[in-house]
Amino acid sequence: MSTYTLSRGISRGIKQTHKPGENPWSVSRIAALLVLAVLAVTWLVPFAWAVLTSLKSEADAGASQITLSPPDGLSFEAYRKVLSAGDIPSWAWNSLITSVAITFVTVATSALAGYAFSRVNFKGKRLLYAAIIAAIIIPPQLLIVPLFRQMLAFNLVDTYWGIILPQAFAPAMVLILKRFFDQIPVELEDAARVDGAGRLRVFWSVVLPLSRPILAAVAIFVFIGAWNNFLWPFIVTTDADLMTLPVGLQTVKSAYGLQYAQNMASAILAALPLVVVFLFFQRQIIKGIATTGFGGQ
Amino acid sequence: MSTAIDTPPATAEQVTAQGKARAKRGETLAGWAFAAPFAVLFVLFLVVPAIYGLYLSFTGETLTGAGSGLVGFSNYADALRDPDMWKSLGNTVWFTVLSTVPLIVLSLAFALLVNLGLPGRWLWRLSFFLPYLLASTVVVMFWSWMYNPKLGLVNGVLAEFGIAPVAWLQDPNVAMISVVVTTLWWTIGFNFLLYLAALQNIPEQQFEAAALDGAGKWRQLFSIVIPQLAPTTALLVTLQILASLKVFDQIYMLTNGGPAGTTRSIVQYIYESGFTGYRFGYSSAISYLFFALIVLVSLAQYKLINRRSAA
Repeated sequence: MSTYTLSRGISRGIKQTHKPGENPWSVSRIAALLVLAVLAVTWLVPFAWAVLTSLKSEADAGASQITLSPPDGLSFEAYRKVLSAGDIPSWAWNSLITSVAITFVTVATSALAGYAFSRVNFKGKRLLYAAIIAAIIIPPQLLIVPLFRQMLAFNLVDTYWGIILPQAFAPAMVLILKRFFDQIPVELEDAARVDGAGRLRVFWSVVLPLSRPILAAVAIFVFIGAWNNFLWPFIVTTDADLMTLPVGLQTVKSAYGLQYAQNMASAILAALPLVVVFLFFQRQIIKGIATTGFGGQ
Repeated sequence: MSTAIDTPPATAEQVTAQGKARAKRGETLAGWAFAAPFAVLFVLFLVVPAIYGLYLSFTGETLTGAGSGLVGFSNYADALRDPDMWKSLGNTVWFTVLSTVPLIVLSLAFALLVNLGLPGRWLWRLSFFLPYLLASTVVVMFWSWMYNPKLGLVNGVLAEFGIAPVAWLQDPNVAMISVVVTTLWWTIGFNFLLYLAALQNIPEQQFEAAALDGAGKWRQLFSIVIPQLAPTTALLVTLQILASLKVFDQIYMLTNGGPAGTTRSIVQYIYESGFTGYRFGYSSAISYLFFALIVLVSLAQYKLINRRSAA
């Protein structure tokens, strides 16, 4: 199995684009390539159109003619206006703070709990485990009313904590990490325990280093979800200074009125951070979503 | 003397029993210490609101917080007689049907095409996956602009072919389709990626054996690839149905549930009853009715998948 995957990995590494003995330019392959190209272009069009609009003058953006070379030319004027006048920088900051906090707390609590489920036989374990499995099918959308009233009672409406806390745990991620820890041979930990290391020590210096890839995958998945989440931050923030990017943009979307270029420029600015992160870490992100995706939605 | 002979085994047993009890207590302590940070958040922000919501659903609670006390099942009875509730539920089910089918079939087709090993693999993967990284607000801003009746690209392109403009988000006959298209564009990348990962796990030998038997590419697709992908498909269908039933963001922002309530989803109705109608009790009752539906759907799927894998 391992040599098999290894050889496959290598053959993929040297970019084998067709099987040996197969004509790389057969009619059917060219046809498939054309279909792919058409689909990919179709998928990129909404992006490209938004970028193009954001680079136009407002007059050109509001003209009904479709043109790739607008009379006023292309410029970053709309971006300059949006960044100097609007709240986008502060919303981006709010998004960053809350998403990082959510990711950190979720990964830490899920790893600790996942380890307890995997390795420790404690009283009440089965009950908690059953509760977690049951919780996975409860859509958080259904709890908005009681949760909001609870946050009112806790005085957490319009605070960072109000945004963070209800998003800072993930039953599905506990299960994913538990399953991963289950595969780590206990002998590795026993060796450390013989040397007198306590549970926390073993967890920190033996288990966590072995789990780096899965922890990264969970972190990426949680971060994307937190950065993009709309409904809960939308409900728990009314103060424009505390809004996250998706919520803030929704509130000003209509305020831009007919300023289509600025509207698109702010959408592009909001999309940019994750797109850039993705371009840099494409492989890790794809792998992360492929491994955690099933438990994560 | 006799005590000296008698006692040692007794003490040894006692010691081990004590030690065992102590070790057990130690394990329990350690277990809860590790699980506590998660358990506290889980209880405070999921178990408590779930129970509180259930309680609310039996009260006449409104904005003022004064409430009109327990009202028994009357919120549930009202909900079951509420035509707007049924309409939102119908819209939600319709959206789920319209979105799940293409989100499964097309994502599989995309993954199969990309997996052919044609040049430019990373570019195809990037194009299909990129929208998945966008926040719903950004997706809606892009597509409101695409769908703009006068200035949008969609009608602009149609005009080139002499087709009259369509009010994509304002016409009750097409608004739902437009919402589904946007959803397809936005979320297909996730299913696509999981299919692609599953395709790469099919052992190469199976294709070689089939090729030796003279099976053509299409034959291999239906007799090897699709059956091998069955577990992935089952999981994706489950996830997709549950995700589609919960739809809110893109519909709320694209059409606000309009025109004339033709795209309003059940989550939006829960939101509106709670946060614009301020009928907290009523809103919670609908939440629980909807939750019952989700449990039923999950159980049905679980049974179906198990039966299939048992057969």
